[in-house]
Amino acid sequence: MTKILLMGNPNVGKSVIFSRLTGVHVVVSNYPGTTVSYTRGYTKLGEEMAEVIDVPGTYTLEPTTEAEEIALQMLKTGDIVVNVVNATNLERNLYLTLQLLERDIPVVVALNIWDDTKHLGINIDLDKLRQLLGVPVIPTVAITSEGIKELVENIPRAASPHTPARTRNQRWAAVGSIIDKVQLITHRHHTWHEHLADASVKPLTGGIMALAVLVSSFMVVRFIGESLISYVLDPLFTNLWAPVVMRLSDLMGGGGFLHDIVVGKVISGEVNFVESFGLLTSGLYVPFAMVLPYIVSFYLVLGILEDTGYLPRLAVLMDTIMHRLGLHGYAIIPTLLGLGCNVPAVLATRILESKRERFIAATLISIAVPCAALQAMIFGLVGAQGGQYVAIVYGTLFVVWIILGIILNRLVRGFSPELLIEIPPYRLPPWRTVLQKLWMRTYGFLVEAIPIILGAVVVINILYFFGVFDAIANFTAPVVTGLLGLPKEAVTAIAIGFLRKDVALGMLAPLSLSAGQLVVGSVVLAMFFPCIATFVVLLRELGVVNMLKAAGIMIATALIVGGILNLIL
Amino acid sequence: MLDRKQITLARMHGGQSGTVIQIRGGHGMVNRLNALGIMPGKRITKISSMLMRGPVTIEVDRVQVAIGFGMANHVIVKLD
Repeated sequence: MTKILLMGNPNVGKSVIFSRLTGVHVVVSNYPGTTVSYTRGYTKLGEEMAEVIDVPGTYTLEPTTEAEEIALQMLKTGDIVVNVVNATNLERNLYLTLQLLERDIPVVVALNIWDDTKHLGINIDLDKLRQLLGVPVIPTVAITSEGIKELVENIPRAASPHTPARTRNQRWAAVGSIIDKVQLITHRHHTWHEHLADASVKPLTGGIMALAVLVSSFMVVRFIGESLISYVLDPLFTNLWAPVVMRLSDLMGGGGFLHDIVVGKVISGEVNFVESFGLLTSGLYVPFAMVLPYIVSFYLVLGILEDTGYLPRLAVLMDTIMHRLGLHGYAIIPTLLGLGCNVPAVLATRILESKRERFIAATLISIAVPCAALQAMIFGLVGAQGGQYVAIVYGTLFVVWIILGIILNRLVRGFSPELLIEIPPYRLPPWRTVLQKLWMRTYGFLVEAIPIILGAVVVINILYFFGVFDAIANFTAPVVTGLLGLPKEAVTAIAIGFLRKDVALGMLAPLSLSAGQLVVGSVVLAMFFPCIATFVVLLRELGVVNMLKAAGIMIATALIVGGILNLIL
Repeated sequence: MLDRKQITLARMHGGQSGTVIQIRGGHGMVNRLNALGIMPGKRITKISSMLMRGPVTIEVDRVQVAIGFGMANHVIVKLD
């Protein structure tokens, strides 16, 4: 089968062209990193099917990063290259094009973001460009799918002009001479959104904007999440589902081993969706009515932030602080992802260049960045005791993030390279890709979390039944009760935290803890150990030795911080 | 010797424009900067810099690029 490679600089809309060609749903973002693991799909080329590969964004074929090395490897396996070029920044993009033309592979150029050239005052002589490059050049607007049909028609006409190999300087000189012949730029004034773009990377205005963006994002996430819970999901469960479960409970005799697994404990004559802990009560209520609403609202807001191009600006603003933690500004992106789920966050630490940075970032995320599922439970349970307790949980995690980062920066050897990133212009997020991404992430949560949650509920009930938890609880009582000030049964929740942290926090609900104990429990649960899914990716990304080190740091930090909180509260 | 109109990118003020004349760094750094369009002969405008040795944002060929302070210290610019 013919193998078509989509290649181009980062931020040129390559992934959007990919989804136009293949019709496959892919994650499209404004920042590089999401395409480091490449995507493949299929498209029809005349009568035949052809494979299309979305190669990670690359500026040059002389690799400077891991992603560019992958791109170079993939180039050797392809049959045709569709070189996606940003028409508004032809000069820099043509360097890669010329490198491709020196290779023995047919190329067709997609001149993307074509619509922006007009109002930016850029005039490109297409015929002359085709003639100088010796390959088809098709103007496209991937967002609206303009020019995609012509692009597909021209893929079979891809040509390889076999230009002789040049040195770097010769190649830049060649780019310059092409630009002189094909591009004419008329002067124009700054538009209002360019002024806004400049303001967002200046210390004062940028800082105010970042604060405004983060606070309003947080409020929107809360508002959407809370509204979904109070007006949609909670009423559904209470009014429609509760009577059904009660009928079933009666049919099953109102108690017994099987009843407790399926329905859970009946508390003062009623099922309690949080505390009953059966498959049909907590097993469904926790994921669907407590966690899912926050997953949806968090990923909606994150998707919008990604696709407007704000995140690289946040990276610039945070760079100075992140340097104190041994990271550079770009590490803020995996950290924000971690507020959704730690698994993609740990995977995203790959965008950081050095091993040292990846270790520090991954360790900090798994200790101090609670995932959306855990946060939803913190809001639900701790929030019921008063907003100030939620603030204490978040404040503690934030302080731990900073202090632990400073310590790791001192102790971990190696170097952290400097920030060097392109800042894409602000764009209105394309709703199609925002919603596609939201759906993929929500679907991912449901598929991965629901089986584990239901499994965990069954396992917990069985272990309870055989008294396993009592044995563990008695064994660990000195630490849990003495150091953390929690009832000894709380250890079961901490153990279950390895499966799912949201379920684990739910297990603290029936213990009638004081507000202070709930705070200690939430913080310890967040920091003590990653959930199994995060554990697996950490192991893969860090290796066994570093994973053990990270785990040691996690347990020590959780016990120290939990102990201190217990003394204070 | 730097003449008076030649300063490092890190020391430029926001809004100043100039031409890159030299990148004083190893092959890797030169390569990374070149890939983003920053090379001798290029006209650049400094947009801003963050406080406390934070990154420097410049515009080159209508694209904005943020450069860590240390790296910006190695880029020599001739002011207009």
